Amino acid sequence: MTGPGAWPVPGADRALERARIGRSAPRPDGPAKVAGTFPYANDLRVPGMLHARTLRSPHPHARVRRIDATAARAMPGVAAVVTAADVPGVPTYGLIHPDQPVFAPVGGVARYVGEPVAAVAAVDGRTARRALAAIEVEYEPLEPLTDPRRAADPRTPPIHPNGNIYRELTLRHGDPGARGPVEVVDSYLVGQQDQAFLACEAALALPAADGGVDLMLATQWLHSDRDQMAACLGLPEEKVRLTLAGVGGAFGGREDVTLQIHGALLALATGSPVRIAYDREESFLAHPHRHPARMWFRHSATRDGDLIAVAARIVMDGGAYASSSPAVIANAVTHAAGPYRVPNVRVDGVVVRTNNPPCGAMRGFGVPQVTIGHEAQMDRLATALGMDPVALRLRNAIGPGDLLPTGQAVPPPLPVREVIEAVAAAPAPPPATAATPARDRPGGRGAQADPARIRRGTGYGVGVKNLMFSEGFDDSATARVVLELDRDGQPRAVVHTACAEVGQGFVTIAGQIARTELGLDAVVLAPADTAVASAGSTSASRQTWMSGGAVRKASVAAVDEVLRRVAASLRLPPAAAATPRRLLTLADGAVTGPEAGVSVGLADVLAAGGPVDVTETFRHRPTHPMDAFGQGDCHVAYACAAHRAVVDVDLDTGLVRVVELTLAQDVGTMLNPLSVLGQVEGGTAQGLGLALMEELVVTDGMVINTTFHDYLLPTAADVPPLRLIPIEQPAPEAPYGVKGIGEAPTGTATPAIVAAIRDAVGRDLRRVPVRPADLVLPPDPTVYLAPPDEDPEPQGPAEPAARDGMGLSDATPGAGTPPGPDQPPAPGASP
Amino acid sequence: MPATDTGSTPGAALELAPGLAPEPTVSYQLRVDGARHQVHGAWLGASLLSVLRDTLDLTTVKDACEQGRCGSCSVLLDGRLVASCTVLAADAEDAEVTSVAGLRPSGPARAVAAAFVREGAVQCGYCTPGMVVAVTDLLARRPDADDGEVREALSGNICRCTGYGRILAAVRAVQDERAGR
Ligand code: FES
Ligand code: FES
Repeated sequence: MTGPGAWPVPGADRALERARIGRSAPRPDGPAKVAGTFPYANDLRVPGMLHARTLRSPHPHARVRRIDATAARAMPGVAAVVTAADVPGVPTYGLIHPDQPVFAPVGGVARYVGEPVAAVAAVDGRTARRALAAIEVEYEPLEPLTDPRRAADPRTPPIHPNGNIYRELTLRHGDPGARGPVEVVDSYLVGQQDQAFLACEAALALPAADGGVDLMLATQWLHSDRDQMAACLGLPEEKVRLTLAGVGGAFGGREDVTLQIHGALLALATGSPVRIAYDREESFLAHPHRHPARMWFRHSATRDGDLIAVAARIVMDGGAYASSSPAVIANAVTHAAGPYRVPNVRVDGVVVRTNNPPCGAMRGFGVPQVTIGHEAQMDRLATALGMDPVALRLRNAIGPGDLLPTGQAVPPPLPVREVIEAVAAAPAPPPATAATPARDRPGGRGAQADPARIRRGTGYGVGVKNLMFSEGFDDSATARVVLELDRDGQPRAVVHTACAEVGQGFVTIAGQIARTELGLDAVVLAPADTAVASAGSTSASRQTWMSGGAVRKASVAAVDEVLRRVAASLRLPPAAAATPRRLLTLADGAVTGPEAGVSVGLADVLAAGGPVDVTETFRHRPTHPMDAFGQGDCHVAYACAAHRAVVDVDLDTGLVRVVELTLAQDVGTMLNPLSVLGQVEGGTAQGLGLALMEELVVTDGMVINTTFHDYLLPTAADVPPLRLIPIEQPAPEAPYGVKGIGEAPTGTATPAIVAAIRDAVGRDLRRVPVRPADLVLPPDPTVYLAPPDEDPEPQGPAEPAARDGMGLSDATPGAGTPPGPDQPPAPGASP
Repeated sequence: MPATDTGSTPGAALELAPGLAPEPTVSYQLRVDGARHQVHGAWLGASLLSVLRDTLDLTTVKDACEQGRCGSCSVLLDGRLVASCTVLAADAEDAEVTSVAGLRPSGPARAVAAAFVREGAVQCGYCTPGMVVAVTDLLARRPDADDGEVREALSGNICRCTGYGRILAAVRAVQDERAGR
């Protein structure tokens, strides 16, 4: 990717660029990215291409009575208008269940604000937008179902033929009735976060001579897109070819199909290349978000602070279509007790369909929500016990061999104790003083916080996150390695996978692995596409382990083939010829074997025998589905992390400044330490965003804030320096002992920051993100969720939906603990 | 624009209905990174960003919000840092527009770009062209800015991937290089 447009990087260490695993090799695509020449999906342009736009329903729930595109089709410059009537194959698609229409059909129902109804291709973007306005759609608005608790009620009429419940999970571990002498009970609410990857969705669709279509796009999982597209387009898979274009971030938000099928339909309908690209508002409406969650927890312990039982009820709002909801709720339920040893666990989890925006994958995948809950509970429990919150966590830290709530033994290593000890031992930042410049106070220079009204707080967040896919999913990743001679007759390796590079740095790691195994500096990566078998999704912290494992396996096989060829030429005895690695090594472009008296250049081997071309598929050990009680060996591996947050809060305005963050993380073996640092810093910043500012506000199914003006993202002024303490313990089952890095710290940053704010202001904060009003006004009563044993508010199906803005209220008499006066200050870590 | 207040199609709220009077168009020249470009019959209201990317195909300048909130589209307008999505293209007629590509020959930008690659300040890289322009501009104005000032100065440039840690490290590395540290 360091093509002619790349910026020469003086001073870049050439040796590092050729680095093997373990070194902080720089990104191969870095020079093109700093020069601005790296081609992202929305930069792609070809002569004669058309521009596509999508018409979306403005209603949370409405029947489509009529669509008339006559006027739009007649407009000069409009090449095609497509609707549900133009979908030749299966009318619906979906990541797990194909329950989402490509377009809401006439006579059918549109189920969320932003659901596609039609798409237009025109000579330019402005004509396409005008054509959208010319399409007449008659809607019959229907009563929207926006309260997830009502959606979970079997008496509520279904808003989709598949029903309103995506998945209900019951987990019972140990004695479900066990209780302890010390108990803390509370409810928590987590708002809806958006992935907000920086480059909005885009693709270029090219009609092909064979009647198929080629698509260049930004995605996380080429083959999943390909399969869903082929089904809806009514084409065989081999006629739908996808190539990864430059991806400007993903974080889960590109795991679902959005514009892929629409773009392909228009390219096939017009016979012209079609560019389809979203702006920010459309991006907010089009892709699934992080699930909002309401959670009820009861933690029971002995007077000495040993956890006896955790009970939890989790209600997640999956929005209008399934996406990955069934897998997200499984993660939430199985991680609800956190990284602690709990003999008795009962969790009831449900994820439901509503007329709110669809929710799916976002970094952490169901785990950040419950981490916010269990960590708040651990602090509450420490207060109730009069214990230090760090000591309570250490006392209950789970470790290898202990049983998880699924009944599965913790696969080693899992250094929970070590990560907690490491952050607790890190030096604290100096206290704020009257001399602290206004710039460094809460709210910055603009807010002019009064130093006398600033309070400091410290908090901890500890969590565990599963790595890779779960519950028996047959997960695999494939890599092809070709050893060949380049134009100058020099040997080089071409590594080909379908792994989506979305910014995480797989391209760097893949090169490091191949160079390490092949003993060769000249390694190039072929573009990721569907010409090679699936790499699986770039998600679930899985690509370094999975596609990295595949690149390693294919590289090893390529070396074996080279050595076999050399061994064959030596006429060795059969026993020696069968195990050429005993005699021969491939390093620095030559095969040598001092014992056999061999030294031959790799170039000569390839010149004589032709290229070596091997394809290998990697699998992790199988997992298993859970039984009816949530028991089973369902996750492959785990990584743990602990954050300590230090904050300053302005008591007058409720503005928060995060002063410092320390993270200790279970990182397995670091293949590229710089890359690890980048992942945890980025994940931490997203956790900070969820703690303090990021929320897609949805009222009665309407999304309120679909721009960067009102959906706030952390800036450089909001994110403090992060101190990383890596705990390196190789995972024995993983290639090189790696662990996925990106997700664990996203889940722990949020509860640590919220705990630090509680410590600073002495309030029980039950709602995330924490808004300034939550710190200065009376507590929000709408947070409460009924415990699982109680009927979640009997209510007839005809009754109107929510009473509160979030559509999540449970604060009816008898349905939950009424909000009491504010509790005494939550415990901090500082003595 | 909130999706609630019109009940019309999201994303199309600002569009004129078909059949309305034709929109005013203008033709003008733009000077971008030292090259002259003729723009014909562009809508008077077109932003500099949309003309750069969509009319002139200069995709070095990135687009992530079109509302002046993310800094992906940062360019220098006669040497002043602006979000090109908030500038009318027609208004830039007599100005010199400099994107990351136009910074190339000068020393400081090279050092900034090299430090970005070396220090791990680039992940997906979509914020990077705008960020390099902003950092180069900052270091030209305030070569000794401390961390707090750098953070404040870059707070108009959103990066969703890095959490800014390595970007700050890259800025520091350039400062150290220059000071001979
Ligand atoms: S695109 Fe101009 S600031 Fe975001
Ligand atoms: S590197 Fe992806 S947004 Fe900055």
